[in-house]
Amino acid sequence: MAQAPKFIGAPIKRRDDPRLIQGLAHYVDDFNPPGTLHMACARSPYGKANIRSVDVSKAAAADGVVAVYTYEETKGIGPVPVGAVLPDAKVPVQPILADKQVLFAGEPVVAVIAETRYGALDAAALVEIDYEPLDAVVDLEAAIEPGSTKVHDDYESNEAFKWGLAGGDVEAGMKEADVIVKEKMTNVRVAPLALEPRGVLAHYLPGEDKMTLWTSTQVPHKVRTLVAGQIGMPENRMRVIAPEVGGGFGSKLNIYREEALAAFVTRELGVPIKWVESRSENFLTTIHGRGQVGEIEMGLKRDGTITAFRYNVLADCGAYYQLLTLAIFTLTGLMLPGPYKIDNIEMNATGVFTNKVATDAYRGAGRPEATYILERMMDIAAVELGMDPVELRRKNFPDKSEFPFGTSAGLSYDSGDYHLALDRALEAADYPAMRAQQEEARNDGRYLGIGFSTYVEICGMGPSAALGGQGWESARVRVEPTGKATVFSGASPHGQGQQTSFAQIVADGLGIDANDVTVVHGDTDVVPYGVGTFGSRGTVVGGSAVVYARDKVRAKMAKFAAMEFEADENDIEFEDGRVFVRSAPEKSAGFADIAMMAYSAIALPEDTDPGLEETHFFEPSNFTFPFGTHIVLVEVDPETGDVEILRYVAVDDVGNMINPLLVHGQIHGGIAQGTGQALEEEMLYGEGGQPLNASFMHYALPKANRLPRFELLHTTTPTDVNPLGAKGVGEAGTIGSTPAVVNAVIDALSPFGITHIDMPLRPERVWRAIAEKRA
Amino acid sequence: MEINISINGESRTFDVEPRTLLVHLLRDDAGLTGTHVACETSICGACTVLLDDKAVKSCTVLAAQAQGCEVTTIEGMANGEQLHPLQEQFWEKHGLQCGFCTPGMILTANQLIASNADPTDEEIRHGIEGNICRCTGYQNIVDAISAAAAQMRD
Repeated sequence: MAQAPKFIGAPIKRRDDPRLIQGLAHYVDDFNPPGTLHMACARSPYGKANIRSVDVSKAAAADGVVAVYTYEETKGIGPVPVGAVLPDAKVPVQPILADKQVLFAGEPVVAVIAETRYGALDAAALVEIDYEPLDAVVDLEAAIEPGSTKVHDDYESNEAFKWGLAGGDVEAGMKEADVIVKEKMTNVRVAPLALEPRGVLAHYLPGEDKMTLWTSTQVPHKVRTLVAGQIGMPENRMRVIAPEVGGGFGSKLNIYREEALAAFVTRELGVPIKWVESRSENFLTTIHGRGQVGEIEMGLKRDGTITAFRYNVLADCGAYYQLLTLAIFTLTGLMLPGPYKIDNIEMNATGVFTNKVATDAYRGAGRPEATYILERMMDIAAVELGMDPVELRRKNFPDKSEFPFGTSAGLSYDSGDYHLALDRALEAADYPAMRAQQEEARNDGRYLGIGFSTYVEICGMGPSAALGGQGWESARVRVEPTGKATVFSGASPHGQGQQTSFAQIVADGLGIDANDVTVVHGDTDVVPYGVGTFGSRGTVVGGSAVVYARDKVRAKMAKFAAMEFEADENDIEFEDGRVFVRSAPEKSAGFADIAMMAYSAIALPEDTDPGLEETHFFEPSNFTFPFGTHIVLVEVDPETGDVEILRYVAVDDVGNMINPLLVHGQIHGGIAQGTGQALEEEMLYGEGGQPLNASFMHYALPKANRLPRFELLHTTTPTDVNPLGAKGVGEAGTIGSTPAVVNAVIDALSPFGITHIDMPLRPERVWRAIAEKRA
Repeated sequence: MEINISINGESRTFDVEPRTLLVHLLRDDAGLTGTHVACETSICGACTVLLDDKAVKSCTVLAAQAQGCEVTTIEGMANGEQLHPLQEQFWEKHGLQCGFCTPGMILTANQLIASNADPTDEEIRHGIEGNICRCTGYQNIVDAISAAAAQMRD
């Protein structure tokens, strides 16, 4: 682009919003084709049980019930797909409906198809399943003890896999250290809780031999390829549509049993089948995130130089794997050195089966776990060394001149200026004043704490080879005969706003108005084969594909213009809806006039075909590595243990921003979720494996009155990994916030001699920690 | 059973099972799918509508309880082409991402402003604590409600 960008970088309000604010958008449950039947499932109330018998006679005889399915009728459906593999991992087969045993509460045993929503639920309640309850495995550490009750009877133990990552020589690094700090830490299981639960509507037309599957997903093409495979249908006879999707956070980056079930049943019955998850089912059967308990050792020199870092961790898999369960822990390992120069690192992970739903990707997916333990250890070490936590961090940052920076985990960080982000945050927070405020408060018997998190994350997933395949993204750009442009993206946004930001990208490159660009996504019959939206990749990888496709179209248009103006195609410029010759601007035509030339095709430039439609598959050469500093000021009430966040300052460097309004929105939401994990969120299970808090009434998640106003700032260090220079922002807030909040609370409690409390820092837990020290 | 309700100013009659929830009548029988179901336990507020100008969570109201009442849903907030100030400001301030909580959030905010024309940020945050948003961290929602209140005072 010769001219300065007009739309890229501007905080343009979203073009998706008018339908959403007027209740005119269509999520899965908003579609009701005539004749739709409803599906409901009878599910295990036990963490583990033998199924002695299943009697569906009453359900089948109920009013309006059309069909009932058990394991017997559905055993031909392929098992739930597992997409990530680790060498020597045990891979249990997850059936669509349970046969002889159920292995987690919520596991479906029978599916009932009825004429109405209520009728299906009624009939599911009439299914009689004779269970023999068995001891369930709930606690991660107990599960791995020799002789523990087993999740899978046919495995020797609950060990699912062993996986390790090492860089440098941790033993040597520990010997070199003057001080070794150790701590045991937990990243509890949390529930992603997209506000729209999952849902699927499957409609098979026998005459056309064609199925349409509307599903609330982040990855429509993956659903098509894998579900078609499960039910033995050629994938090009299946059309998957991700309509409006009400949030995902990784939980809809998956293939679930109900998708294959609905697809199977509609093919049998030839009528539309709808299943919509209840919130209770969402807690029980949609993947959870995190779930790690580990022991950490960090060696440091007296001057603060980190010499070694080791993480021995148990990772909770659940009873079965979902699509990417086995990949999440590896991301923890890759993220282990964080933003510091740590030459010697080691992670030893043991995967553990438990009688719970699978863990999988939840916003950040493995990286928040690493950042959390590392940032906590930095604070623990700072106390041990008597150093300011800021100085300890600074001491170990690579300088900006050292980028690209190779880490001991084997990654090459693209670009960064960690000192600058930290400086900017300290300045914005007025750190000395904050410390003075803390001191003053302490003198008044109040407990204020300051928490830091300096983080880096792995985004823009990612090179295909590094991800075990499919790290690219696709886009097609079409300039229509009337001069409008349409973008078809393989990414599948579900709240991120790429209907706006991709329009900005195309408008700038073609010199047209962003309102003249329409963005289409989430329909496998319409968009090129795509990977989907997750891992902070939508703009970074998907947007880059848009750039290249746009530039191909532009180059072709330039040929038509050059022919028209008898000029050199390299001398053609696009600006304000005009196409003209740069060296002779009086030779000019409307953008739409040149577009029409390409479609009328009465005359064609040499070696040029008609039409203006180009596709690009963008394969990134590396991940991107956004970074930043979050500073949090909290006050803890020692009498109640309640934590109030007084200030939240975040400096995030996400490279170039396409739309700062959307970037801020992503960071706000990420901080809220990470804060939720720090202070409130946790899936709790009883001994029998039943979740104890599987409703919004019992599972605490952030509400408006518990969160502060976030003060956001940025530094901008572009990346050269993609043509946008953008690094990705979907997960930054979640990764930066959790340790910053916990560090602030622990700092507040330092007068009591408290050095660590495991998350979530609910009032009771904080109060107990204080009471213990006071006793 | 037969139920007569005025929805967004239009009198309508429905024949539903006595146990039908108001939210299901609105979505499945009246075809107004802007009202969403996200928790079924009246915690999240995605299903909030106005029942005789009072915000209620329609997942825990029986349709029969709305007999003879005036119901306002998100579809009834705009005046033709003219968006309601809350709709305008949610758009302007980027007060939504996935949009699933938005209809309920807007209707709750409408009641909040009706009872407090000039709410502080703290009052707004307290006023929407019965509505869960998992995407935005609430800040832009607070700003949108504050700006809409100002617009409605003018």
